Amino acid sequence: MRNIVAFPLLLLAVILQSSVVSQIKLLSGYADLPLLMLGAWALQKRVKSAWHWAALGCVLLGFISTMPWLVLVIGYFAVVFIAQTLQKRVWQAPLLAMFSVTFIGTLFLNLLSFSVLRVLGTPFVFADVIGLITLPSLLLNMLFSIPVYAFMRDLARWVYPAEEYE
Amino acid sequence: MNSRSLQTTIVFLVIGGILALALGGFFGSASRQFSSVLVELQTWVSLRYRGVQDFVTAPRDIVSLRAQNEELKSQVSQLQTQVIELQQRVSETEILAALVDFSRSNPENTYKAAAVIGRDPSPFLHYIIINRGSNDDIRRGMPVVTNQGLVGRVDAVIADAARVQLITDPASAINIYLQNAETDAVLFGSVTGDVSLDMISQDSAVEPGDLILTSGLGGGYPSDLIIGQVVTMRTLEFELFQQATVQPAVDFTRLEIVLVITNFRPVDITPLVP
Repeated sequence: MRNIVAFPLLLLAVILQSSVVSQIKLLSGYADLPLLMLGAWALQKRVKSAWHWAALGCVLLGFISTMPWLVLVIGYFAVVFIAQTLQKRVWQAPLLAMFSVTFIGTLFLNLLSFSVLRVLGTPFVFADVIGLITLPSLLLNMLFSIPVYAFMRDLARWVYPAEEYE
Repeated sequence: MNSRSLQTTIVFLVIGGILALALGGFFGSASRQFSSVLVELQTWVSLRYRGVQDFVTAPRDIVSLRAQNEELKSQVSQLQTQVIELQQRVSETEILAALVDFSRSNPENTYKAAAVIGRDPSPFLHYIIINRGSNDDIRRGMPVVTNQGLVGRVDAVIADAARVQLITDPASAINIYLQNAETDAVLFGSVTGDVSLDMISQDSAVEPGDLILTSGLGGGYPSDLIIGQVVTMRTLEFELFQQATVQPAVDFTRLEIVLVITNFRPVDITPLVP
């Protein structure tokens, strides 16, 4: 039942991503709110539903975006995987873990998007993609990662109260 | 003449004399001094009275003033909201008026207006989402324009929304016609959102400022839709074709309302391609 909160929240994130965040551009890049939310959610120790959130995020994004499903599924599940791996190893420094997830996740998703779209015939130039999309998106994701992490941590405490968790 | 009537006569004479002196202007300086003293006295009394009145009624006034202040503040915020709403409506009305003018000046096409409600979540793709779909007879492949020029074409449709591929999308390629040079070329999008021309014949004399229109070749778009103007040319003798950078007619960062050309059906020429 607790996973129900994922639906309105991810839906809101996807709507915000499509209507607001995509307008806040740095060169040609912009932040990826669903990625940040999934990463921050998967980093919470008490959260057990990160994979469900990733699946739901992929469905919602796949509904709106032209990006091939393969990219979304591999990309966002990889973000959750990276976050859960780091959460076990860097558990004493959650913000450092969040920055790492954001950094690795953004680079991975961008590289995957570039590779798949290139294979499908879109004439991208690698240097343009790195300079105009990946690095600006990375910077914006890093900036947004702190408030998103704080929000998701509070949400995790609300969804999974401490006494029940213990 | 008794003493009483003598007194009355004297009083009248004195008063008449004073009046005569006053009318003659002999009391000017005296009357000015008198009036200034009177005004000062009046002011002093009035100020003291007001001070006492303020002292007595001040607490009640502060309460009422605070209430009034709060009321005015709420009114100001309401009015500010109204001003913003009205500014938005004015802006929308201006856009709609321009679109109506455009549709009237191009009566050969039928249009359906749609609001832009979102963009593709990925920065790799240049797509917009509009609030009209198959319920409004929007179909895949229909061209999308504004009063300024070509925006793109419908890529996917659901009941109440549609996704439009912009001409700036890196995967977009449109057959165009350069009006002044009377030659065909292909317009490509890019990651940055800039558009450029390629496949311009080396024999063609294309100049900066030349108008770019859709050619209609390939059946993907109707002909003669304005796209933009040539900005710079790049001609290298050892290359097969010339290239050009393009200034699009449409400002893609400020797309709010677009028109879908609903009477155009794209032709799928894929089976004819060898």
